[in-house]
Amino acid sequence: MSREKLIVRYNAAERINHWLVALCFVLLALSGLALFYPAFFWLTGIFGTPQLARIIHPFVGVLMFVGFLRQFFRYWHHNLINAEDIKWMKSVGSVLRGYEVGDIGKYNGGQKGLFWLMCVCLLALLASGIVIWRPYFSPSFPIPLIRVALLTHAVAAVLLIAGIIVHIYAAIWVKGTIRAMVEGVVTYGWAKKHHPRWFREMTGQSGAKEPR
Amino acid sequence: MALQSQDILRRSASPTQPPVAREHKIEVAKLIDVTTCIGCKACQVACAEWNDLRDEIGSNVGVYDNPADLSAQTWTVMRYNEVEENGKLEWLIRKDGCMHCADPGCLKACPSPGAIIQYANGIVDFQSEHCIGCGYCISGCPFDVPRLSQKDNKVYKCTLCSDRVMVGQEPACVKTCPTGAIRFGSKEDMTAFAGERVEDLKTRGFPNAGLYDPAGVGGTHVMYVLHHADKPGLYSGLRKNPTISPVVKLWKGLLKPLATIGFAAAGLFGFLHYIGVGPNRPDDDDGEDQA
Ligand code: HEM
Ligand code: SF4
Ligand code: SF4
Repeated sequence: MSREKLIVRYNAAERINHWLVALCFVLLALSGLALFYPAFFWLTGIFGTPQLARIIHPFVGVLMFVGFLRQFFRYWHHNLINAEDIKWMKSVGSVLRGYEVGDIGKYNGGQKGLFWLMCVCLLALLASGIVIWRPYFSPSFPIPLIRVALLTHAVAAVLLIAGIIVHIYAAIWVKGTIRAMVEGVVTYGWAKKHHPRWFREMTGQSGAKEPR
Repeated sequence: MALQSQDILRRSASPTQPPVAREHKIEVAKLIDVTTCIGCKACQVACAEWNDLRDEIGSNVGVYDNPADLSAQTWTVMRYNEVEENGKLEWLIRKDGCMHCADPGCLKACPSPGAIIQYANGIVDFQSEHCIGCGYCISGCPFDVPRLSQKDNKVYKCTLCSDRVMVGQEPACVKTCPTGAIRFGSKEDMTAFAGERVEDLKTRGFPNAGLYDPAGVGGTHVMYVLHHADKPGLYSGLRKNPTISPVVKLWKGLLKPLATIGFAAAGLFGFLHYIGVGPNRPDDDDGEDQA
């Protein structure tokens, strides 16, 4: 254990930032789905009463957006898509069978794709969320626009929630990943296997056995 | 209002059957004969009086419309419009308010179980204690009727005096109208009576007279006799073919099964993949990694 060779992947501020956004997401997704699915209306209970859920949801939404914005500025430059990522995306099939594809940096094609999906969804959720936000903002918008915003908000929420399911599953599937966001560190082995280019950048070592 | 009702056709956000033991109740309708309305606003006053509503005193904006619009405290307003038809000036006056649609967009949009119900007699009524103030109904309504109260963040609109109708009385506006321009009865009777009125109007120089009972919302339980049924827009923007917006239909319709399939697919994929392929661990681990 003491001999474990570790690389810091996320510092404390980054981890707190991530889990704050994650907490907001869970509250938003549950209270939002309560309004979306009649049979799950009882989920409004996470904020106490249905009225309270309706009132609190948008404020938590703004908090999540601000938290995510901080993450955006931390990570956007790690998420620019390059040729290796395209290769990765084209070979998701073998990735899913457990093979590594491409000389991956800090993030792989899937993680980058999800990053941009989250950016788009959160922007759409904020913009549409403001238009449908009663009693404060909606009265300034025409009803046909509010209808489009309601649809947009629901669609963006569905996409985001589906994306996050994938995000969570990926973290569970790839062992050692959750530790990165809880303790902040990953092992040499993890980095070498899944993010060889990032491993070299961080350690100055070549990843010895290059993945195919 | 909160009396036990056993004649509920539809209940907002409720996937299971509401109580329909008394669903045999006959459908009612209020018929507003625009051609015999003199715009006296007695109905407006009667509505405020019976329903105990007190809107803020507004200011005169230079036209007869007063108050200028519906509000949480004004459930019906007379709308006045001057038009030239057949070379003559016509003063068209329409009593605006909830149409009590057979297919109510407000009810379709509402996310709160039981906040909006439709009785077997056709009345669409808000149950304010269940209202969460989201305003979805405002977007769902094709007639721009429901209004959010600034005081309690609940939405209000005409109840068709469901409390009076329940005990066999006509709505307050009907009772008050001095010219008999507003009538109330079974939808069948009102439609038949409107037919007579329309025939009469046709012989009096209004060949396009007709009954406004728009099919796009399944018909309404508040109907108009119009002199110009071909141009309902003349009556302060009454819509010609009102329907629930396709955007609202998509949001409240197709999107739900699509979302369910999406979530289920994502979840199921994860489960099957983990069981089938198993976890992804670093193979040559210098740092025994077993998180
Ligand atoms: C970014 C800032 C956000 C704002 C300003 C916002 C605002 C709103 C508002 C005003 C509503 C209408 C109900 C109410 O008044 O509470 C709503 C509903 C909803 N929100 Fe948000 N929200 C935001 C973020 C999110 C996020 C991140 C999610 C999902 C993960 C989400 C999911 C939903 C869902 C599913 C609904 C119900 C939509 C429906 O009934 O079809 N929202 N939101
Ligand atoms: S404002 Fe009230 S009545 Fe209107 S949709 Fe929301 S919960 Fe239903
Ligand atoms: S007119 Fe609007 S508020 Fe009235 S029943 Fe129809 S959809 Fe609902």
